[in-house]
Amino acid sequence: MKISQNIAISENGFLFNPATGDSFSTNDTGKEIVRLLQEGKNQAQILDAMEGLFATDRASLEKDLADFLYMLGNYRILDANTAQSR
Amino acid sequence: MSKRTYERPYLRKLNAGLGNKFGTRHSQLPVTEIDGVPVASIMEEYGSPCFVLSEQTIRQTYRNAVRAFGTRYPKVQMAWSYKTNYLNAVCRIFHEEGSWAEVVSIFEYRKALGNGVPGNQIIFNGPDKSADDLRFAVQNGSLIHMDHLDELYQLSEILATEDLKARVALRINMDTGVYPLWDRFGFNYENGSAWTAVTKVMAQPRMQLVGLHCHIGTYMLSAQAYAVAANKLCDLALEIRNQYQHRIEYLDLGGGFASGNTLKGSYLQGSDVIPTMDDYAEAISGAILQHPFGMSGELPTLFLESGRALIDDAGYLLGTVLALKRLGDGRRATIMDFGVNLLFTSFWYEHRISPAQDYSSHHEDMVLYGPLCMNIDVVRENVSLPLLQKGDRVVVHRVGAYNMTQWMQFIQMRPNVVLIDTRGQVHLIRRKEDVQTLNSQELTPAYLEANKGS
Repeated sequence: MKISQNIAISENGFLFNPATGDSFSTNDTGKEIVRLLQEGKNQAQILDAMEGLFATDRASLEKDLADFLYMLGNYRILDANTAQSR
Repeated sequence: MSKRTYERPYLRKLNAGLGNKFGTRHSQLPVTEIDGVPVASIMEEYGSPCFVLSEQTIRQTYRNAVRAFGTRYPKVQMAWSYKTNYLNAVCRIFHEEGSWAEVVSIFEYRKALGNGVPGNQIIFNGPDKSADDLRFAVQNGSLIHMDHLDELYQLSEILATEDLKARVALRINMDTGVYPLWDRFGFNYENGSAWTAVTKVMAQPRMQLVGLHCHIGTYMLSAQAYAVAANKLCDLALEIRNQYQHRIEYLDLGGGFASGNTLKGSYLQGSDVIPTMDDYAEAISGAILQHPFGMSGELPTLFLESGRALIDDAGYLLGTVLALKRLGDGRRATIMDFGVNLLFTSFWYEHRISPAQDYSSHHEDMVLYGPLCMNIDVVRENVSLPLLQKGDRVVVHRVGAYNMTQWMQFIQMRPNVVLIDTRGQVHLIRRKEDVQTLNSQELTPAYLEANKGS
């Protein structure tokens, strides 16, 4: 699971993929996940980190993270060959 | 360090292109209260889903309609359309306001009597009236609105046998320039059936033809169609006066006035396109007052049987998010604890739905499904809502008409219905059903009962 190179994300959640020219909007939680992905964290590590940061339960985090990663893969923000293997 | 507030992660692709002429405005503010009562407290006490009715809105809407017609026409009588919402508490509010009852079955008729409506203030409409129903209604002095000739002959026989007299009206259908033409109820004006029915009633010494009735359609977006209808009824009434020297006492223009809901496929919001009550009143009153029938002799009483426009705005459905999922094509799907079983009108309306708690500025498009294990259980095919999570509460607006009469006991039970009175007190007006409610109506043959558990 590897995020595409050169993905740029602003403080207010504006995400740009220079490889495709696509831009996206995300929220605080999504921004945090992208940051953790950029740090090279895997799914379990992201969950641990998020659990420490946000006031929610692990089950919700796990479910929502899986959905978010699916969307990142769908939009080619996660590398295609790694998106499948997550 | 305290943890940050969690909102599920969200990603939306930004598309450049033509701007949306309607902008990107979303569903305003969260609706946390109804008439000053917190939505959360209602749901905690009465469960989810739960229907809520606002007495204040019912009375205000009714009084606005009475004002609209009463300031334009001197003799107006409203008759509450029972089929639109026949919960007794609702009916009693309308009756308190001065409304008669308009019923279309003996079941509704008996409800009206039970709500204290005198028999002579009940209009008995509809195609299904048995001999017993007719006899009972005539004995009570009700107005019998005849739908077909079989009913006319049946009533004639009853009156002769029982030595009774009946005050009757004829339901007339007609072309008012709108589609679809509702010609299945009553007698057609254009093809002469209506006049034939008039001659048959006038030949009956035990029937007194006191009124002419029409109901030209539902959710009528043209007030002018009512002017056409009023003109045709006046033509007929004038012809009756000329031919028989007989006075028609009232014209009943029925109902069909639109509520502020948005019809599926409508380009604009419902509230932006529907005529106001004043528009309907102007069209109908103007037509009667300017017709030779209205200008000569005593004006007929104008009866109105509006249902939807008087109760829709007063009804809310409170519900809860059961689950979220991602569909095969990537769309977001949200599953609610209410569906088409309770929200029958979602088959033709795009109901406005508001979250009942604070939310961030982020919205996403989604399909809103109900809880039924049935593919057609879709509340909204595409709606933009905040990032709802399991357990979040929502408020569905304008559900007062038809949902509490056409609701289905399919898979799920019907929920509690509460009324918020004008002082902000919440009253349970219909208890939720449970398995016992249904089982109490069932009978198991003895031979199957004996095999129980074997």
